[in-house]
Amino acid sequence: MLNYTFHWRPALNALPDMLSGALVSLQIAVLSMVIGVMFAVFLALGRQSSNKLFYGVSTAWVELARNTPALFQVYMTYFGLGSFGIQLDSYVALLAGIAFNNAGYLAETFRGGLRAIPHTQTRAARSLGMSAPQAFRLIVLPQMFRIVFYPMSNQMVWALLMTSLGVTVGLNTDLTGVTQDLNVRTFRTFEYFALAAVIYYLLAKFITLSSRLFAWRLFRY
Amino acid sequence: MIELKDVRKSFGSLEVLKGVSLTVQKGEVLSVIGGSGSGKSTMLMCINGLEPIQGGQILVDGTDVHARGTDLNKLRQKIGIVFQQWNAFPHLTVLENVMLAPRKVLGKSKREAEEIAVRQLTHVGLGEKLKVYPSKLSGGQQQRMAIARALAMQPDYMLFDEVTSALDPQLVGEVLDTLKMLSEEGMTMILVTHEIRFARDVSDRVAFFHKGLIHEIGTPEQVIGNPQKPETIEFLKSVL
Repeated sequence: MLNYTFHWRPALNALPDMLSGALVSLQIAVLSMVIGVMFAVFLALGRQSSNKLFYGVSTAWVELARNTPALFQVYMTYFGLGSFGIQLDSYVALLAGIAFNNAGYLAETFRGGLRAIPHTQTRAARSLGMSAPQAFRLIVLPQMFRIVFYPMSNQMVWALLMTSLGVTVGLNTDLTGVTQDLNVRTFRTFEYFALAAVIYYLLAKFITLSSRLFAWRLFRY
Repeated sequence: MIELKDVRKSFGSLEVLKGVSLTVQKGEVLSVIGGSGSGKSTMLMCINGLEPIQGGQILVDGTDVHARGTDLNKLRQKIGIVFQQWNAFPHLTVLENVMLAPRKVLGKSKREAEEIAVRQLTHVGLGEKLKVYPSKLSGGQQQRMAIARALAMQPDYMLFDEVTSALDPQLVGEVLDTLKMLSEEGMTMILVTHEIRFARDVSDRVAFFHKGLIHEIGTPEQVIGNPQKPETIEFLKSVL
């Protein structure tokens, strides 16, 4: 028998706190994507590079990011680096961990995207006198971003959900952190976390829909 | 002036150019004809350094294209090339396609680049299509856009690599008209083509390529009208 009385009012009263927590989660997700995308471009290039060091570092990064738990990756940036005397604060450690994960996953997506662009595009650009970096930046990259746009927005949703790992490294300002604090004070676990789940759900939907809107505005061709 | 001296080019063990020598003077239109795989297109790629060579020398206005230390990006600014597959940049409008290199390579201002682009596009008959994306153009229009894009760099030489081969028959005419217009304006051109009648019409000289070598070169009347070598005679018989 259900022997539990729901108390939604305290949870709803905490809504403003949780929403400002949600904003922090969203902020971490966005920043981790920006950083992740930048690294992913280099990793994707590294994976195709003939330079052994560049290839090796990129491959190791991608393999680690994709084949170990995200929780492990966040632990490493907080406790792992901590044991070498590099003590990042919870927010930065979480951001670094998720950015690391994003970069690894996106690198493989980008590599696929790059392969889909015919080599003749680069040749045409070079024949106009563009340098190799110019041809990459002006002709190849913009086309790649269109190809990988939807997988990228998936990763963004994933990044948002990964921010909930912050609670394991002591972050208490993001949505999960705020919710956990409320939970330990009141033990209204179900109500608070159900509300948090609804907020995560809405945020994720918001990301998916706004990326669709972005794509529609951005890719007219 | 473009000079090729005993140029040799291989892809792996396959030798595609087996010692090609050739001179193209300023203002001259040279057509290059010959069967598929005879090395015609490869020669064009070598002239602007898109492909390395294994032997010989290519000089453009006295600059050795394949020498160490040659600034290829600089050199390519004066050699325009248009490919069989027109290679429009799909993410840019027609106008942006043509403006991009003048802005980013020549460092022109936006206004200047736009002025050049509009002029060149109008010149090839695309003045009405400036804001359109390439995917909305026909093959012939995309090819003319590619020509305008190369011309916008104000090159001294233009190389055309079978620019009508990928087009539907009814679109070939508009591109050939554009080429003809350029030749009448005095542009120095090397034209790799399968359009023998057209080659005869616009060229100062015609070169016949066969198995990586120039077998005959001379005026259109000589090479197309009165070929001497059996390979040339056979080739012309098969295409005319």
